[in-house]
Amino acid sequence: MKTGAGTLLMLAGFFAVLSLFSIGGGNSAIPEMHRYAVDVQHWLTDRQFADTFALSQLTPGPNLIIVALIGFHVAGVLGAVVAMLAMCGPTGIAAYFVGRASERFKGKAWHGAVSRGLVPVTIGLTAASATVIASSADYGSAARAVTAATTIICYFFRINPIWIFAAAALLGLAGVV
Amino acid sequence: MNESSLTRASAAPSTASSPHPPPPSLSALFVAFATIALCGFGGVLAWSHRVMVEQRRWLTPEQFNETYALCSMLPGGNILNFSVIFGARFRGVLGALVAIAGLLGPPMLLIMIIGTIYAHYGEMPALRRALTGIASAAAGLMMATVAKMARPLFVNRRSIAVPLVAVATFAAIGVMQWPLPLVLAAIIPVSIGISWVRL
Repeated sequence: MKTGAGTLLMLAGFFAVLSLFSIGGGNSAIPEMHRYAVDVQHWLTDRQFADTFALSQLTPGPNLIIVALIGFHVAGVLGAVVAMLAMCGPTGIAAYFVGRASERFKGKAWHGAVSRGLVPVTIGLTAASATVIASSADYGSAARAVTAATTIICYFFRINPIWIFAAAALLGLAGVV
Repeated sequence: MNESSLTRASAAPSTASSPHPPPPSLSALFVAFATIALCGFGGVLAWSHRVMVEQRRWLTPEQFNETYALCSMLPGGNILNFSVIFGARFRGVLGALVAIAGLLGPPMLLIMIIGTIYAHYGEMPALRRALTGIASAAAGLMMATVAKMARPLFVNRRSIAVPLVAVATFAAIGVMQWPLPLVLAAIIPVSIGISWVRL
C-alpha cells in the first residue's frame, strides 16, 4: 500500500467529487465508495469494506464517519483527515451560502418540486447501499439469517441498534454465524 | 438577514411559550454538537432534535424542521450541513467551523482508535467472528431503514411514476453498478420533472 502524496490527492479528489453527488445523506454514497475503493483502487478487499462499514456503524456520530475510516485505512491519520475534509469541505461551503440565501427562495414552487423530486432517488440509492453492504458482508446462510432477522426486528420495533449489534457479536463469537 | 427567520418565529404567538435564550457562545456550540455526535448512535437526527429544540431551545420545532428540510435537499451529510447552517446563523463563519469541529472531532478520534485496533487484531479469529456477526446485523439495520423510508412511497402513492424512480435508481446503482454521477445526472431531472408536473 503506497501512502504518498499521490494517494492523498486521489483520496481528496474522489471524496470531494463524491460529496457533491451524495444526496440524502452519506449512506446513499456507499455503493460508489465500494465501487471505487474495492473494485477500482483495490484499497480494501470486499470483506474489509464490510468490516469498515460495520465499525463505522458501531462508532457514534454521523454516518459519514466511514469516510474517515477508509482514509485511515489507506493513509493513516493524514488520510483520515484529508478524506473527511474533502467529503465535508465542498458541501459545507455550499450549505453555508444556501443557508444564508434560504430566506429568499422559501415558499417558491420549484423549492417543493426539487425537495419532493429528490425523495425517491434518495430511497433508491439507500436501497442500493443496503444490498451492496449485505452482499459484501455475505458469509453464509447463518450470516444471511442474522441480516434478515435484524431487518425484521428493526422494521417492526423501535430498539436501540446497539443491543442488536451486541447480540450479533455474541452469535459470531459463539461460532454460530 | 441570517437571523430574520429567528426573530420572526419567536414573535409569532404559537412559539411564545418557548423563549429564545441568548445566542450560543462558540464553546457552547462546540459542546452541543459534540454531544449530538457522541450520543447519536446509529443516526444523529433524534439527538440533534433533543439538544437543539428540547434542551437548549435554540430552535423551535418548526425552525428545526425547516432547517432540516433545507439540509436534506443539499448534497452531503444532513447533520453536517445542519451544523454549518446553524453555526453560521449565530456566529458566522467561525461558528460554522466550530460546530462542524464539535460534530466531527470526537467521532474521528474514536474511529481512528478503533481503526488502529482493527489493523492490529482484525485477523484474530474471535474478533473476526464477532465482526462477521456485526456486519451482518449492520446490513439488516440498513435494510430496515430503507423499508421504513420506502413504505409511504409504495403505500400512499398517487402515481406509479414516483416509486418507479426509486426502483430505477436502485437497479442502476445496486444491480447494474453504474457510476453514480451519470445515474444521478439522468434521473434527478426526470424525478424533479415528475414532481413539478404533479404540483
